[in-house]
Amino acid sequence: MSTEIKQFTVSIYTENNIGLLNRISAIFQRRHMNIESLNTSPSEIEGVSRFTLVVNITESQMKKIIGQIEKQVEVIKAFYHTEDEIIYQESCLFKIKSELLFDERQIQNIIKESNARIVTVNKVFFAIEKSGRKEEIDLLYRELNAFGIMQFTRSGRVAVTKDEMKISSMLQAFQD
Amino acid sequence: MRFLPSQEDMETKTKQNQIKTSTTSERISGSEAVIKCLLAEGVNTLYGYPGGAIMPVYDELYKYQDQIHHVLSRHEQGAAHAAQGYARISGKVGVAIATSGPGATNLITGIADAQIDSTPLVCITGQVGSHLLGSDAFQETDIVGISTPVTKWNHQITKASEIPEVFAKAFYIAKSGRPGPVLIDITKNAQFEEFDFKYEKCKGIRSYKPVPKTDESTLKAAAELINNAKKPLVVWGQGVILGKAEEEFKAVIEKAGLPSAWTILGASAMPTSHPLNVGMVGMHGNYAPNVLTNECDVLIAIGMRFDDRVTGNLATYAKQAKIVHFEIDPAEVDKNVKTDVAVLGDAKTSLNALLPLLNANSHNDWHQKFKDLYKIEYEKVIKNDIHPTKEGLTMGEVLKEINIQTKGEAAIVSDVGQHQMIACRYADFNVSKSNITSGGLGTMGFALPAAIGAKMAAPEREVIMIAGDGGYQMNIQELGTIFQQKVPVKIVVLNNEFLGMVRQWQQLFFDRRYASTEMVNPDFVAIAKGYHIDAQKVSERKDLKAAIKEMIDCDGPYFLEVRVEKEDNVFPMIPTGASVSDIRLE
Repeated sequence: MSTEIKQFTVSIYTENNIGLLNRISAIFQRRHMNIESLNTSPSEIEGVSRFTLVVNITESQMKKIIGQIEKQVEVIKAFYHTEDEIIYQESCLFKIKSELLFDERQIQNIIKESNARIVTVNKVFFAIEKSGRKEEIDLLYRELNAFGIMQFTRSGRVAVTKDEMKISSMLQAFQD
Repeated sequence: MRFLPSQEDMETKTKQNQIKTSTTSERISGSEAVIKCLLAEGVNTLYGYPGGAIMPVYDELYKYQDQIHHVLSRHEQGAAHAAQGYARISGKVGVAIATSGPGATNLITGIADAQIDSTPLVCITGQVGSHLLGSDAFQETDIVGISTPVTKWNHQITKASEIPEVFAKAFYIAKSGRPGPVLIDITKNAQFEEFDFKYEKCKGIRSYKPVPKTDESTLKAAAELINNAKKPLVVWGQGVILGKAEEEFKAVIEKAGLPSAWTILGASAMPTSHPLNVGMVGMHGNYAPNVLTNECDVLIAIGMRFDDRVTGNLATYAKQAKIVHFEIDPAEVDKNVKTDVAVLGDAKTSLNALLPLLNANSHNDWHQKFKDLYKIEYEKVIKNDIHPTKEGLTMGEVLKEINIQTKGEAAIVSDVGQHQMIACRYADFNVSKSNITSGGLGTMGFALPAAIGAKMAAPEREVIMIAGDGGYQMNIQELGTIFQQKVPVKIVVLNNEFLGMVRQWQQLFFDRRYASTEMVNPDFVAIAKGYHIDAQKVSERKDLKAAIKEMIDCDGPYFLEVRVEKEDNVFPMIPTGASVSDIRLE
């Protein structure tokens, strides 16, 4: 079990302080581990930030990393999840030449079928936004790449867990 | 002859000041606030080196010199290690201060050392003005970025108003839970800025839980394993000392009759002479506890972290045993060795709660095994180390003589290398907090400055620094600090004209290719005398006793060089990657 490399999504609740990102990324860097994706944002609790990151490591490594992350003074709590324990989305943007939208009828079909959204169109280019699971975005990229993409970018993963993460009650306990 | 300012005088002054600062709010500069924060935290000694970006704070140190003693080191690394020595012998937070840029980066080795050896430090660095941050200004360096992986916490202050809260947090974080170093970087404008100062001590931080809750069921499970054990072995670490749990520890092992071995940093938590003390584990530890680690049925780890120098090859480490781990840092549990029962919490509370759950026991047959293996080690190694018959002096006999003349009550501050292993193996430790050495990081150059801090924190104790000729020269400039401050430390250099430990490895594992390990040394006695420190050199056995007596009888600092056998090796030894039970006696 513990030698098999798996993909884990990590949720970290933290104070919103300068330098904490450095502190967390250093934990991975020191162990020669790559962070596949990283997102930071406010969380459901006022004043508390949330990091969501994706790593490919073994479960035993994952457990130790969680320990090291939680050890940081400004980290409130860290959790790790496997893919079936979360609901997740990634988001991406494509910039494509406008002429293709009219010359290549198939592009319109691709956009429609993939549930992507046209954000803007002007004479030179149009921009498409798509949110979804990793494979859906990969597929859309492959399909559009055949016609030429001017720019492409995708976000880090954002995820919520199916089960509760008991973070609010912990903070409440500190207040009491 | 009085060599140090009395700690008592300083403490009285500090206490008076504490009352003053906590009740009033006054308009002062950031730099004065820094001093008031330090006084409010009970700091009366700090180690450092001035420079441009920290000058406003030094100006205040000048004004407050009757209440706070600034010790000028000769290099910032020396200041950091002195603060460590101060903390290690006293259990208080050590404080070091430096300017920006090179001043700050020179602290880093000491900070990294404190991080891996869980030493409470607060390091203060000056920083360029906040309008210059990121402009590659003169002596600007990103010390917060640089120190992040080696600090428990760090913070950059850019406004004076942040000073009280950040300092309160810093001291709280440094000393609570598993202690560690904290760095505060203060921009120059924040030092000049005036604000309304009021100090409140930190009582808690919502994201930080210094001591995890002890689960009672784990205590019961631990007690059950210990009660049912036929061949229990305790390995204790610095957690016993940091947790001030020496008494509780002794009560537990005496009641259950547990043979107990120590890691380097755990040394001195229990006297060397205690009948249940079976010696040191690890690479150059004692034969019995290493061999029997792979024979015990329950291994009880207390406040230690299964460092690789302790465990040898993990794949063959205590595989037959159930593992019980008493630990304050949850991240250490299952990190290197999978435990059967982990008891989280601080050692004092956990051991106190464990005591009534234990059955009285003696394990006499099991103890006999330790005694039998000790005899083997004595015949093959110890006898030759401490009662040598060959002509050249050994490091072991120097330690033996120091034991006799100090009655095993000295604090030994050792450097890193062969002499360190010999000091840990042969020094008698009858008083807790007596083995001050760089364990985790293995920092050569640690001992001389650390001894300064140790002696200043505990002027009533005999503090003997022991270094090799290599490490001594890494911070030899701190003789200047000893001279200026008149710190009566005793400096012993065991000179074998080699970087001895590296040479030993070259001999054993690199076919005697002594690459860059032979030292051509200066006249150490002349150097010490240059700093007006009494000094002598001994190269014959007949002179050793008298020389050590002269050193100990000396009121001031003293330097003693002992020329020892050039190519002695430290045994026993667990070669890297070998199992603890494959420990070599020769």
